[in-house]
Amino acid sequence: MMGMRNDRIVGTAVPRLEGREKITGQAQYVDDMVLPGMLYGATVRGQIARGKIKKITFGPGINWQEFVIVSAKDIPGRNCIALIDDDQPCLADGNVNHPEEPILLLAHEDRHLLPKAVEAVSVEYDALPAIFTMEESEGRSQIIWGSDNTFKTILIEKGDVESMWEKADYIVEGEYRTGAQEQLYIENNGMIASFEGKQGLTVWGSLQCPYYVHKALMKLCGLPPERVRVVQMETGGAFGGKEEYPSMLAAHAALLAIKSGRPVKIIYDRMEDMAATTKRHPSRTRHRTAVTKDGKILGGTIEFTIDGGAYATLSSVVLSRGAIHAGGPYYWPSVRISAKALATNAPPHGAFRGFGAPQSIFALERHMDCIARAVNLSHVEIRRRNFLKPGQSTATGQTVSETIDLGGLLDRALELSDYSAKKDEFARENQNGNCKRSIGVAAFLHGAGFTGAGERYLSSVVGVEVCDDGGVQVLVSSAEFGQGTKTILCQIAAEALGLRYEDVRFAQADTQEVPDSGPTVASRTAMVVGRLVQSATVGIRQTLRASGLLGESYTAEECRSACSSYVATHGKLRSLARYEQPEDIVWDEEKYRGSAYAAFSWAVYVAAVTVDLSTYSVTVDDFVALQEVGRVLHPVLARGQIIGGVAQAIGFALYEKVVWANGRMLNGQMTNYIMPTSADLPPIRVYFEERGNVHGAFGAKGIGELPMDGPAPAIVNAVGDALGTSFDAIPLLPEDIFDATARRPAREEPGATVRRNP
Amino acid sequence: MSESPHESSKSEISLTVNGKRVTVRAYAMERLLDVLRHDLGLTGTKEGCGEGECGSCSVLLDGVLVNSCLIPVLQAKDASIVTIEGIHADGRASVLQQAFLDCGGAQCGICTPGMILAACHLLQKRPQPTVEEISEGLSGNLCRCTGYMQIIEAVKEAARRGSAT
Repeated sequence: MMGMRNDRIVGTAVPRLEGREKITGQAQYVDDMVLPGMLYGATVRGQIARGKIKKITFGPGINWQEFVIVSAKDIPGRNCIALIDDDQPCLADGNVNHPEEPILLLAHEDRHLLPKAVEAVSVEYDALPAIFTMEESEGRSQIIWGSDNTFKTILIEKGDVESMWEKADYIVEGEYRTGAQEQLYIENNGMIASFEGKQGLTVWGSLQCPYYVHKALMKLCGLPPERVRVVQMETGGAFGGKEEYPSMLAAHAALLAIKSGRPVKIIYDRMEDMAATTKRHPSRTRHRTAVTKDGKILGGTIEFTIDGGAYATLSSVVLSRGAIHAGGPYYWPSVRISAKALATNAPPHGAFRGFGAPQSIFALERHMDCIARAVNLSHVEIRRRNFLKPGQSTATGQTVSETIDLGGLLDRALELSDYSAKKDEFARENQNGNCKRSIGVAAFLHGAGFTGAGERYLSSVVGVEVCDDGGVQVLVSSAEFGQGTKTILCQIAAEALGLRYEDVRFAQADTQEVPDSGPTVASRTAMVVGRLVQSATVGIRQTLRASGLLGESYTAEECRSACSSYVATHGKLRSLARYEQPEDIVWDEEKYRGSAYAAFSWAVYVAAVTVDLSTYSVTVDDFVALQEVGRVLHPVLARGQIIGGVAQAIGFALYEKVVWANGRMLNGQMTNYIMPTSADLPPIRVYFEERGNVHGAFGAKGIGELPMDGPAPAIVNAVGDALGTSFDAIPLLPEDIFDATARRPAREEPGATVRRNP
Repeated sequence: MSESPHESSKSEISLTVNGKRVTVRAYAMERLLDVLRHDLGLTGTKEGCGEGECGSCSVLLDGVLVNSCLIPVLQAKDASIVTIEGIHADGRASVLQQAFLDCGGAQCGICTPGMILAACHLLQKRPQPTVEEISEGLSGNLCRCTGYMQIIEAVKEAARRGSAT
């Protein structure tokens, strides 16, 4: 019915669009770019967590005349990094609220002179008492933000959470924590800015969201939209870490460029990047669950709390996703989820793959194992008995309309991981020896796209444009940073229009050239932006048909020649598509009720681990990742997303610990902040079920964040089971296991508190 | 631009880069990485951590795989350096690069040049490495995107294709 005879493109492993440049070292990242007369910029940061700036001294031994120096006084517009609340200053103006607060900017043409100059600036303060934990923030002995240190609270209520307790056979309580995690993209944050009277301000950088930076620069510099241009360079990994911070960096480079009249490049070194830019929000989740003796959840309360650091930035939306995912893929007849994001005197925490969900899902999936022990069921059975089924509703009251079969997904995951045989084998072998083995399970879901009415507010626009040679170009602000944005969107355009993949190009994400297709976040690119690309091609095809250049049925070659004929005769042909919310997606922001996401991806992960009781180290021996993500657009890229996400989540679970002292990261180096190497990871076996989703392009849902959610609880569940000890916090390092098993007497099982109703 | 006082502390250093003899004016302790990127415009070599942990700046120095962020340029005086821009002189490289493309070994691409140099170096020593030898051999090169499996598969595939030709 589409009238095309070309081979399928979607679902096949076409070459990565920008792959050739990457394997030959020709891809241009921001630090590879040099402009004539360019200066290098650096940042002078606060040294203390909280205080008033008394005096700034420029020390001896530096020829300060040679330096461009920018302070808050040089800001032409508003001193803020515009995002949601606009509360974060671009440069400290009198006060500092965390130890990495930027105070001054310096620039010089010889970048070797900058570190000494930064060190030669001394700042004197009147120090104020600071707070560093969620508990201190709740205690309100110091109010450091607003009237109550609280960026945002959310309440989700379903059913009757008062009367269920007395109907319960068991009440299971637990508290679970997750630590900060650094995104650790291998390319540090970097930006170049240039300001010219005629064109205005241009920045080139490593970033995920060109229009976020655009908005921030307009407000900071008091410039109209057409005088600010943001260009995304090849971006060496992001994972959420280049969602909001690039606006800060662009602001800094822009201020130096405006003051000096010359282009300015700022590239962070690893330590500055790790210490000063955003990390995953630390979290604390408290569960109290009413369960029957046959393992049915009657309901529960969930208190989800995150540490947002010193400014609001994205905390309210991270909180929202975390809270909505806190009930997981289970049916809660009654539930109350109360969530809050708190202020502390640490650098603001921000977006990181999963965006709150890995935190609340860690808690829930640990808690499910505790419930299983309490009611004496297996951790498999407790999940099976409580899975959401089509027609049932989630915590926000969203009816599951997808044809998902979680029980079937679980069975398949157990089979793929050879679960039963391994369980028996481990039970036998654990009798003797110093190595204890076990196998853990996690079931979870991840919503694709912005939460609730978010996509409606974004109102994304994409374009597809016909080029002179008969090819087409995809015009979006969606950024490529390794996930495969360019490749999959070109596949979609090619297949939807009936062109060859080789005839589709991808415009550089440049706000002067491409429409605002929204930020490249929230697992929204394949489903939401991809669908819009698909829609935009319809306009092209209709125009070609109406002008008599294309018949009902055509080959890719005919399509291409129709395109080039059209441009030769009529000139430019561009088709735009704007997002329209499907009618069945209704969201009440006030009550936090309704359809939180247009679609969910679903997964069951199984981890087999060995704990070596001579070193207390954990090795993941085998990992099965089974998921339903709708249509798989590109099998190699999709598998790469899952493996990479699982690897990052293994780091989250077992290796990656941010060491804090007074709000400052002490281990901001790859030497002492440990991410997995190729020698540390198990075979990660990836399997997909493809059921398809009507909202997404060719039935695709989101995939990028999903694999971050499940590995940590699956692994920690396995470790706990192997040792007969319950672990409730990550990262779980060898010293933590030593602490729990060797020094302390074995704890009462399970780790959570269980009360048995008479 | 007049010569700044800092210029006087620089000296002339000659080395061979990708088969070409070059002379640069640099601070003696300047990192080979910076000389390659800034003075010679060979930006395919990337900086990830600046302390020899991540391997993004891997180059071959007289046939030995090194982190160019740890090599003062003076140490590279008269040495022969191979970067990603010159790796094609090794016949194995193009097979390996194609395998990276086919197997999904490159995602964001920032670790890729260093990873390809490390893998080339490994295949030189061990033309048919086992999976364990590849994981071990590449463990000095960090990748945050791939979880390494598709990189390991690419090296394995390159070894297979290499032996088939």
